Amino acid sequence: METLLSSLITRLGTHNVLTAPEDILPYGFDGTAVLKQRPVAVVFARDAQEVSFVLKLARSHRVPVVTRGSGTGLSGGSVPVAGGLVLCLVKMDRILELDAKNLTLRAEAGVITQQVYDAADAAGLFYPPDPGSMKISTIGGNVAENSGGLRGLKYGVTRDYVIGMEVVLADGSLCWLGGKCVKDVAGYNLRDLFIGSEGTLGVVTQVLLKLLPKPAARQTLLATFAQMDAAAEAVSSIIAARIIPCTLEFLDRKTIHCVEDFAKVGLPRDAGAILLIETDGHPAAVADEAVRIEALCHAHGASSVRRATTAAEAAALATARRSAFSALARLRPTTILEDVTVPRSELAGMIRAVEGIALKHNLNIATFGHFGDGNLHPTILTDERDTAEMHRVELAFADIVDETLKRGGTLTGEHGVGLAKKAFLRRQLGDASYDLLRLVKRALDPDGLLNPGKIFDQAAR
Amino acid sequence: MNAHPSPARNAASPNLLKSLDYSILQQCIHCGMCLPACPTYAETKQERNSPRGRIALMRAIADDELPLTKAFGEEMAYCLGCLACTTACPAGVNYAELLETARAEVERQGVLASPKRDFFRWLFLRILFTRPRLLRFAGRLLRFWQVGGGQTVFRKLGLPAWLPAGLRPLEPQAPAVQARFSHQLINPVEWPAGVIRHRVVVLTGCVQDLAFSHINRATVDVLLANACEVHTPPVQPCCGSLHAHNGDNASARLLARRLLDQIDPFAFDAILSNAGGCGSHLRAYGHLLHDEPAYAARAAEWSRKLRDIHEYLVEIGFRPPQGPAPGEPLAVTYHESCHLCHGQKISAQPRAILRTIPGMELRECAEAQWCCGSAGLYNFTQPETSARLQERKVGHVLATGASLVATANPGCHLQLENGLRSRVTSAGPSVQVSHPVELLAAAYRAENAANRTQG
Ligand SMILES: Cc1cc2nc3c(=O)[nH]c(=O)nc-3n(C[C@H](O)[C@H](O)[C@H](O)COP(=O)(O)OP(=O)(O)OC[C@H]3O[C@@H](n4cnc5c(N)ncnc54)[C@H](O)[C@@H]3O)c2cc1C
Ligand code: SF4
Ligand code: SF4
Repeated sequence: METLLSSLITRLGTHNVLTAPEDILPYGFDGTAVLKQRPVAVVFARDAQEVSFVLKLARSHRVPVVTRGSGTGLSGGSVPVAGGLVLCLVKMDRILELDAKNLTLRAEAGVITQQVYDAADAAGLFYPPDPGSMKISTIGGNVAENSGGLRGLKYGVTRDYVIGMEVVLADGSLCWLGGKCVKDVAGYNLRDLFIGSEGTLGVVTQVLLKLLPKPAARQTLLATFAQMDAAAEAVSSIIAARIIPCTLEFLDRKTIHCVEDFAKVGLPRDAGAILLIETDGHPAAVADEAVRIEALCHAHGASSVRRATTAAEAAALATARRSAFSALARLRPTTILEDVTVPRSELAGMIRAVEGIALKHNLNIATFGHFGDGNLHPTILTDERDTAEMHRVELAFADIVDETLKRGGTLTGEHGVGLAKKAFLRRQLGDASYDLLRLVKRALDPDGLLNPGKIFDQAAR
Repeated sequence: MNAHPSPARNAASPNLLKSLDYSILQQCIHCGMCLPACPTYAETKQERNSPRGRIALMRAIADDELPLTKAFGEEMAYCLGCLACTTACPAGVNYAELLETARAEVERQGVLASPKRDFFRWLFLRILFTRPRLLRFAGRLLRFWQVGGGQTVFRKLGLPAWLPAGLRPLEPQAPAVQARFSHQLINPVEWPAGVIRHRVVVLTGCVQDLAFSHINRATVDVLLANACEVHTPPVQPCCGSLHAHNGDNASARLLARRLLDQIDPFAFDAILSNAGGCGSHLRAYGHLLHDEPAYAARAAEWSRKLRDIHEYLVEIGFRPPQGPAPGEPLAVTYHESCHLCHGQKISAQPRAILRTIPGMELRECAEAQWCCGSAGLYNFTQPETSARLQERKVGHVLATGASLVATANPGCHLQLENGLRSRVTSAGPSVQVSHPVELLAAAYRAENAANRTQG
């Protein structure tokens, strides 16, 4: 280990190799509750060559490497591995090219998502994926988790915008996958393999993103309901009316209260549920959709529908929604966020099921999420120091997983498997596809040094 | 010389981070939403220098996972205490209390102690900023130094070389002391011309009193113009904010008790502060003294009545000045004092005041809520980071093209003046620094003058 560290320092400089306890302790966790592990060292790479150097060196010393962006992950993906290095990419933060002819943007992996959005916006273009953490998450982290966001219903997720990337493989070799061509079927689509691979197959060092023209108009609506069921019906009716809003988010009563305590944007505290809806596109279409959405909400019992009158008001509402998870932490010491996703038609039933599970295990669970794409975030509010309650949390989580799988859903819609959900993965995938994952992992990372133990444990050979 | 031990050191009392209510430490869910707001994280991109990292270190100490080391002490000193993280944090983490507790524990364990540091802490926290008359006397000396020829005498004798190395570059940054202090400009009680609607007391502050006594005068003037009977005790103890922010809790409590002894909160409609840094701490008296039976009730009432001057003016529906038609509109930009916008969440009111001033155009500058690097004694303890933040701030101010920058905290005021002074170019007139209340007072004066000439 000593020689490994001194080689790292020689190449990267003392500022980029941290080993003092005060320096490395804050890298022992990500945004996930409870999980923590201190690394041996934290290293910062400033370009792909340095990443390659670190991976080669780690391989020759057989030391595991956990890649890290901003550490906002919610499944333990960037939690260090015992005896391993953390390879942090936040210093690779340059936007390299905005190609206005081909509508693409190329950036280093450590660029903050918001900066990608802002750069596109400044050029009259639009990068839609907007995870709640976009002010601080890195684009590399978004790619590694295939992050979604508030605009997923209409615009899809990160995967839909990554058309190329540079990755450093476990042996330190660099390769480009994909490119600026809209159509490209030369060889396997390996780019997609790396999207959502949670740092287990390689280190993404650059991404090439597809941009869209900026929608000419946007309208944000806030609909208030006395009951969650009514809100769910309103959503079904909107989709049935062939309207695909860009955003269709919901918050339950507990979440409304916490978000309002923080953001003070005038959310109705007496509501059972609210829907935050945004439609965008051609001004005429937006105006028409807004009217129809408003009518459908009223028809399904909305007590009020508020229209944002300025862009600033709309932005404030979206920002408030993005803070939902963190704001819920106001209620109890430990906040455990789940990410199960069901087919849209199952969503209302799933929300009711979660309520039942909370009652059954005597737990405090708040729920919010992306109504439009079936992705809900039941958030268990608990205290990690209360062992009895933490046991009930585990039982409740297992029940939530059961319910989800029964309805044809998935463990995770956007936060990844990481450490937090790996115990359930085989059950969801079935033996054949589960083993296929391991086969791929073994092919690309034969020594098992890239983020080992995440997603699944590699079987002994 | 043991006459000045580090103020709060006391090996017998328990670890303060451990005796802190654990839920305050646990409140942080390490989501990272505060990182983009933190100026020190922006400087280094290292977690240790972020709110999330600092809280993790504090918690590790409380959990016995990390000893309290010198490096930890340095980290607490590197934090600006700007509280931008508290505005950004959706989870409502009480970072102010965490930082004060951690800093107090650092002092208690003495990990940063050195003879020089101890001396300056003793001089500032225990001597100068606890004795208002002595502080004014020191101010007099400083003024003699600055305008009475003292500086030239001193320089001729080659004395600057005697100053400790760390102080020398700061010497030209020291505040320009006013010829007259607040008590020479303001009567203990002043009455408005017409009916009396409110009865208030004005706190004059320490640095504000020495360097900006005219702002205190302006504060009284605008209150008089808005039907307030204004009480201004001539000799006021320091509020203790400097002490609390620097880990000297005992002095902070002592000073709070003194101020409460002097000013009875039950006797007034409001207690007013015009300095962001003081106000933020003054509001917390209720919490600071909640466990002192003799003072708890009085302190709670104090906290209920304490208002920032802008907040109060808006609350009582201040009268917009009716100005004479101005010639060229005057562009002003507003820099938010951290402890006003983050510590007290007062952000709209100063702007509302600026907008009512005839002939004044408010131009927003980028990063108005980003710390200017003054941060209490920060420009003294961390001169390099402070200077970089100053550069960044001054750049944004100049980019607006405004000829005035308004701010409501003496530390920021000085930091801006010093930063702008070094950027004066032959190209244009220099940018003046002012307090919103000063501008409002001037507008009322202009209105009166106009009325007189008309009448
Ligand atoms: C308040 C809050 C709101 C959130 N909202 C959303 C949301 O709406 N939608 C959503 O999908 N997620 C959300 N998340 C989860 C999280 O922000 C995302 O997963 C994000 O993409 C993580 O980015 P990061 O830079 O923090 O990555 P990290 O947490 O540092 O890493 C995440 C994973 O990616 C790997 N990784 C990181 N960078 C690279 C790279 N360059 N190459 C290879 N692997 C890499 C890591 O090893 C790890 O497995 C939210 C999180 C928080 C705290
Ligand atoms: S201080 Fe608040 S915003 Fe920052 S990491 Fe902790 S909970 Fe999140
Ligand atoms: S007080 Fe300011 S410098 Fe300190 S952690 Fe918070 S944001 Fe960062």
